[in-house]
Amino acid sequence: MKVTVKYFGLVAEAAEKSEEVLEINEALTASELKARCLNGLAIAEKDSVQIAVNQNLDDKTIINDGDEIALLPPFAGG
Amino acid sequence: MSRYDRQIKLTEVGPEGQAKLLNAKILIVGVGGLGCPAAMYLSGAGVGKIGLMDHDRVDVSNLHRQVLFQESDVGKPKALVAKERLEKQNSDVQFEVYKEPLTIENAEKIIQQYDVILDGTDNFETKYLINDACILADKPWVFASIYKNEGQLSVFNYEDGPTYRCVFPKSTRQNISCEATGVLGVLPGILGTLQAAEVLKIVLGAGQVLSGKLKLINMMQASEQVIKINKRPEQVEKIRKEGIAPVYIDCDLKNKEQWYLDVREVFEQPKPKGKKVLSIPLGDLTSRHQEIPNNKEVFVFCQSGKRSKNAIEILKNEFGFHNLKNVEGGIETIIDG
Repeated sequence: MKVTVKYFGLVAEAAEKSEEVLEINEALTASELKARCLNGLAIAEKDSVQIAVNQNLDDKTIINDGDEIALLPPFAGG
Repeated sequence: MSRYDRQIKLTEVGPEGQAKLLNAKILIVGVGGLGCPAAMYLSGAGVGKIGLMDHDRVDVSNLHRQVLFQESDVGKPKALVAKERLEKQNSDVQFEVYKEPLTIENAEKIIQQYDVILDGTDNFETKYLINDACILADKPWVFASIYKNEGQLSVFNYEDGPTYRCVFPKSTRQNISCEATGVLGVLPGILGTLQAAEVLKIVLGAGQVLSGKLKLINMMQASEQVIKINKRPEQVEKIRKEGIAPVYIDCDLKNKEQWYLDVREVFEQPKPKGKKVLSIPLGDLTSRHQEIPNNKEVFVFCQSGKRSKNAIEILKNEFGFHNLKNVEGGIETIIDG
């Protein structure tokens, strides 16, 4: 199945892209997909990054074909 | 004709709405890139009382985005300058100036006196502090944050809705400020103005308040997204039961054998651990310079490298220190991890 992953802030910078389509061949929860996407990226404190599936903040849901994923780090600037 | 005629004409405002605005008390924490435009629109709308809280002074590098300040204000306290400017804009409004930072000690007491809190801060510690104090004082707060060309916006703790900890339960030490990353002045202008709009809707009881939703804005891509967020009751209950959970952000320095002098204010974070790290705020150097070793190399740091440079000048010229080196890029460059 295919999912679209959108990256924000520091995560987009570390991934060097703001969006990509991923091919997934097994059942994954949102938090497993998050770990896979962040794996290898130069980001400290990965557990501060939140995941949204189809515009809902939720790391427990099972990923389905066609889902739109967003990886959201907290921002501090003002 | 009333100065508020053009907004009273709206069905969402009307004379009753205007009366609500005149009775409203709004606290703006952080009068910077977000707080300046927010304050101008809230003052323009005729909000009864506006608290302006900022412990910082105007720097020339603030002027491109902190639209309340002029060249002649450089070096003056932001909260005070903001009050003086806004009083000229609208003499109906009562302004309260706070030149001290929001702390665990004063947060609940100050927040208690206002109806809505607007977060114009630039660090995670204060955002968590506002969040926790608003839970305890039962006040809604309007959050915004920026990273380079992107912004996040939401209303937290509104009518039992989600809080900041429901979105980001874990804090991070990556306090990356606009100072460090760069920002175009318009982005905090957009976010701060949207924050003022949320405040007005809350006060008026009009429209859809951005509660239970996190809005993401990318200015460069001209794109927006809204993410639905849910309350995590355990995050709120914990604060209600145990009180404000201070976010102290510790860190290790790469070189543990080296002597360091931290010239930031005591509340600034992250705080390096270690026996060889002295903490003396810039303003206290004259009275406490004897504490600094003068027979070994000491690296002096602050958040960005600017204040530490000043500190070295003072210590060299007034007290004859010749063993001090500036950490050019600020604390982030010497942290381990």
